[in-house]
Amino acid sequence: MRGSLVLLALLALAALAPAAAAEQQASLIEIEKQVMCPVCGTLLQLAESPQAQREKAFIRRLIAKGKTEAQIKDALVAEYGDEVLALPQGSGFSLSAYVVPIVAFVVAAVALAIGVMRWRRAGSDKGEEDAPDVGPQGEDADRLDADLARYDL
Amino acid sequence: MRSSIAVLAVLAVVGLLVFGLVSKGSSGVAVGDPAPAGPLPQLEGGGDGSLADYRGQWVLVNFWASWCVPCKDEAPALEKFQRQHGGPHFTVVGIDSRDLTSDGREFVRRYGLSYPQLRDGDGGAAHDYGTTGVPENYLVDPTGKVQWLLRGPVDEQYLHDEVAPFLPEGKS
Repeated sequence: MRGSLVLLALLALAALAPAAAAEQQASLIEIEKQVMCPVCGTLLQLAESPQAQREKAFIRRLIAKGKTEAQIKDALVAEYGDEVLALPQGSGFSLSAYVVPIVAFVVAAVALAIGVMRWRRAGSDKGEEDAPDVGPQGEDADRLDADLARYDL
Repeated sequence: MRSSIAVLAVLAVVGLLVFGLVSKGSSGVAVGDPAPAGPLPQLEGGGDGSLADYRGQWVLVNFWASWCVPCKDEAPALEKFQRQHGGPHFTVVGIDSRDLTSDGREFVRRYGLSYPQLRDGDGGAAHDYGTTGVPENYLVDPTGKVQWLLRGPVDEQYLHDEVAPFLPEGKS
């Protein structure tokens, strides 16, 4: 029993190790996709300007020092400000970049649902009021009843 | 009620469009305009500095970056001009824009720049001036108004011909 527990613990550690290593070992290619070249106004991975080369060299130096991706992004923000991040941070005013589209979508969906419900209700009310008296009338109705009676339905 | 909401929504959209146009369409300072003087961190040492610290002096504001080749070319001329004219009535002030702090400091050491240096890492000051790149130079008078500007590099001759005539006689 104790041996099984130890084996399970070792397996769990082995499974977690790559994830921990991935968090620690930042990659220039991954970071380049998430930060901007402030002078060019493009993603760093697309930029080849002298400023972009310096920024890439700065990231490489921090990677060599063993900094994590989050630490490197923090260092870039300290140097160039929040605008160096390709995606806004999820806090403070930048949070609105994520919240506003969601709120707008929900509001639009609710408005659409309310509109559809009103439209359907108006349609059914109007239908009840204006529904024509369909079906044969008078002699036609009598003839139809007689025909139907012959078929013994 | 419903029409009020519609009007508010339209106004909000129009407001956002106007804000976008205004914030993108900054044309920059011109001769006669007040020079933006917001606080900026010192490139070396702690604390902030500002052009407002130099009210009463003529100031040549030089936007530069260590990765900019023309900035390297003009740095010796600016340092020489500072040594010739720097004093109680004139100084060059460098603003290192959209640059790494360590690279900026190395640049200052390499070219032996003795005049004050501020740091504009996020380019906010450059945006306030409406710069189109680096280097750019603005001569600010003792009242804080721009009297001359050059959207490009200066050299010794240009500084002698264009900037020196504004300054008080002798070493400023």
